[in-house]
Amino acid sequence: MTTAVPAQSRRAWTPGQIVLTLLATAVSAVFLAPLAWGLFTSLKSETEAVAVPAHWLPKRWTGQAWKALLDTGNITDWFINSLVVSVCVTSVVLLVSALAGYGFARTEFRGKGVLMGLVMSGLMVSPAVLGVPLFTTVQQLGMVDTYWGMILPQCAPAAMVYILYKFFQGIPRELEEAAFIDGAGRWRVFFTIVVPLSRPSLAAVGIFTFIASWNNFLWPYMVTNNPDLMTMPNGIATVMNSYGIQWAQLMAGGLMAGLPLIVVFVFFQRQIVAGVAHTGLAGQ
Amino acid sequence: MTTAETVLAPARTEPATARAVFRGGQRFQHGGWFVAPFLTLFAVFVIWPLVRGVHLSLTDANITGTGERFIGLDNYREALRDPLMWDALGHSAYFTLLAVPCITVLAFLLAMLAHHVERGQWLWRLCFFMPFLLPSTVAGNLWQWLFNPGTGMVNHVFGLQTPWLTDASYAMPAIVIETLWWTVGFSFLLYLAALQSIPAHLYEAAKLDGAGAWQRTVHITLPMLRTITGLVVALQILASLQVFDQAVVMMDFGPGPENSTRTFVQYTLEEGFTSYRVGYASAISVIFFVIIAAVALARMWLLRNRTEEAAR
Repeated sequence: MTTAVPAQSRRAWTPGQIVLTLLATAVSAVFLAPLAWGLFTSLKSETEAVAVPAHWLPKRWTGQAWKALLDTGNITDWFINSLVVSVCVTSVVLLVSALAGYGFARTEFRGKGVLMGLVMSGLMVSPAVLGVPLFTTVQQLGMVDTYWGMILPQCAPAAMVYILYKFFQGIPRELEEAAFIDGAGRWRVFFTIVVPLSRPSLAAVGIFTFIASWNNFLWPYMVTNNPDLMTMPNGIATVMNSYGIQWAQLMAGGLMAGLPLIVVFVFFQRQIVAGVAHTGLAGQ
Repeated sequence: MTTAETVLAPARTEPATARAVFRGGQRFQHGGWFVAPFLTLFAVFVIWPLVRGVHLSLTDANITGTGERFIGLDNYREALRDPLMWDALGHSAYFTLLAVPCITVLAFLLAMLAHHVERGQWLWRLCFFMPFLLPSTVAGNLWQWLFNPGTGMVNHVFGLQTPWLTDASYAMPAIVIETLWWTVGFSFLLYLAALQSIPAHLYEAAKLDGAGAWQRTVHITLPMLRTITGLVVALQILASLQVFDQAVVMMDFGPGPENSTRTFVQYTLEEGFTSYRVGYASAISVIFFVIIAAVALARMWLLRNRTEEAAR
């Protein structure tokens, strides 16, 4: 606690800094330990994985669990399904929530106030709260066990509209006015001036939507029974857990589901951190 | 669908109004079209299920959707006398009560740590946030494995014999520990961003006045973090009340030892999809929606009061 000054103004190894760095290292080790344990388990044979007493490193390293997973299960299908669903959800959400956020922030139409209130009320609705009636709705539309059924209900996030609405309100009107005087229409102004200006906000919404959709379990779990259509989180939780869990394989599958986002995070850390802070802080 | 069409109609049929208000001309009349795609999806997948849920809750509908009969408030009467519903509500509330303070305090401490260590901030950020990137089911499986009394690492490392997932008094705390590890990174990032946005000159001024590190933390940092704490607590309460994924995964999709971890969401899904009582499941969903909405509105009300106070 010796350093309430902003970071980077001092770089000396003071005793305080040494203690804090050691502490941070220890805490990080605690956070990483479960993941390391999962990784080491996936590199053990199934019999060694359940051996008592528990031990960290495999006595005999083997890629057998990973190989079995890729050879036998439908994990590659799940991976592709996850990718299709997340990419579709992210694209649709970006498009519709940017348009709606702009519409609410910058255009006028009858009933705007009421509609905005309605969208705000949508912040309180999720598949966890209204899963059963949402399922019957999707059932009526004939979308159970389809990609559409998994994708479309994830495409109406009131929170993202609200975040972009707040952002668009902050763009100086003069920029748009100048373009209008030059004869550009609303749509042209939106796509050539507003969208490029909002790249960081759109990136935040996109990243956040992708993470949420890639990891979404509850809704795909409710709407799919066909193992060929399942996404990673759903397939791992339901199919791999259903008959005699094979822990080494389960850990390998879990890592396969988690790794893409972790790799992306390592490379785009700055943008993602800014994005999470941005989307979260907009909630104020 | 009707909802979307009626709400959009004014923008299409009466552009004259928009024109009259905004002399800028035709550029303002397309507002309805900007919001149309979102509102269509929103109407079908949010508003309609809400309306349909209220409607179904007044019927004895089953999962096939046939032979639904209007039965008035019978479902609600039954719900209020249903001990399983109250148990499920209690479990979700218990989870919330345990998880929210732990997550908030730990997130704050981690953010303070990462903020004050001058070197390797990207590394601490990566380590603390990484678990959040895992799917809920993967994190759940991982901890189910870690908590295994014989072959798991938790008992081995701490030299315990605790039957974490098979004893009613340990099951929920085990789920809370898993949740803490899995989700604290998100609140941590919010706190870190808030810490970094506190103006440095406040600290410099306090230092000149002879305030020590502890005093600066108590008198500058903590008050400056009030808003973000409100946000973190509110988001965590809303998310925690809706806990489902990790609980069912860690309990093999069952209700836990002595039914001690059956959450509210789990109970509604069991009633709807296992017992096929869609009408009844809708009724308890509506009750749940009212609870969630009450929490959200309470927060808005608190926030408004505070801004009004600040404005005075």
